[in-house]
Amino acid sequence: MSLHHFLILGAVLFTTGVFGIFLNRRNVIIILMSIELILLSVNINFVAFSHYNNDVTGQIFTFFVLAVAAAEAAIGLAILVAFFRNRATIDVERIDTLKG
Amino acid sequence: MMVVDVIFYAFAAVTALAAFGVVSSRNQVHSVLFLILTFFSTAALFVLLQAEFLAALLVMVYMGAVAVLFLFVVMMLDMELSELKEQAINHLPLGLAVGAVILLELVVVLSHSHGHAVAAATVPNTLAIGRALFTQHLYPFELASLILLVALIGAVVLTLRERKKGAQRQNVPQQIARTRSEAVELVQRKPGEGA
Repeated sequence: MSLHHFLILGAVLFTTGVFGIFLNRRNVIIILMSIELILLSVNINFVAFSHYNNDVTGQIFTFFVLAVAAAEAAIGLAILVAFFRNRATIDVERIDTLKG
Repeated sequence: MMVVDVIFYAFAAVTALAAFGVVSSRNQVHSVLFLILTFFSTAALFVLLQAEFLAALLVMVYMGAVAVLFLFVVMMLDMELSELKEQAINHLPLGLAVGAVILLELVVVLSHSHGHAVAAATVPNTLAIGRALFTQHLYPFELASLILLVALIGAVVLTLRERKKGAQRQNVPQQIARTRSEAVELVQRKPGEGA
């Protein structure tokens, strides 16, 4: 178990998140969950570097990433609920009212 | 292979498979449950990295709040998904191509990096985090609370719905203040005459 193992796991998670965004390009909820996966992979990298460099700053950063991720999920889901109320769909391609 | 390695590989495999389940699951509720599993196994990996505080935080904040929020929204919205699913297959080649390129790049970069030897922690993890957070990083910490406050108010403002004009509403003080004399009227009618 070395730094590389964790970095590669982070890379795999990050790739899965990006892949999920492409795969479910029209479903907002899955896209939000994929973003959570990407942020989680960032957190794994931060904590791994923090551990192997013996510096606690990485964990502090993870703390802030966690706070921002929670705020982002709350706002994103609130927007989603408001949008679903008006249009009765969560299709990304239908969110184009401002396109003209 | 040491015991720690076995534990690492087990939880890493669970994390990766659950993450794949999140993006590929047909049922959205299953996706959210896979997300919870991903968070949990990541928390176990954090414990392996001696970051116990963050592991607890991950379990409480992510599994307890964020994932449940997702579950709430998925179950609350009555969505028509058959149309969305048909489209998903069309995006598969593009997604695989982009994913493969990103993974390849990351692996190439990582293979040139070097690991470090680990020194044993001298103070407990939570103590170290607390010290750094409340001295060096105090202002970012306060800023994080501000972000959470804005998110809280924003979420309420976004989802709060004004009632339609003319909607029937209960007026509790008016109901309580009503007396018998103004609410009930006794009328004498002879049988057969009706109202």
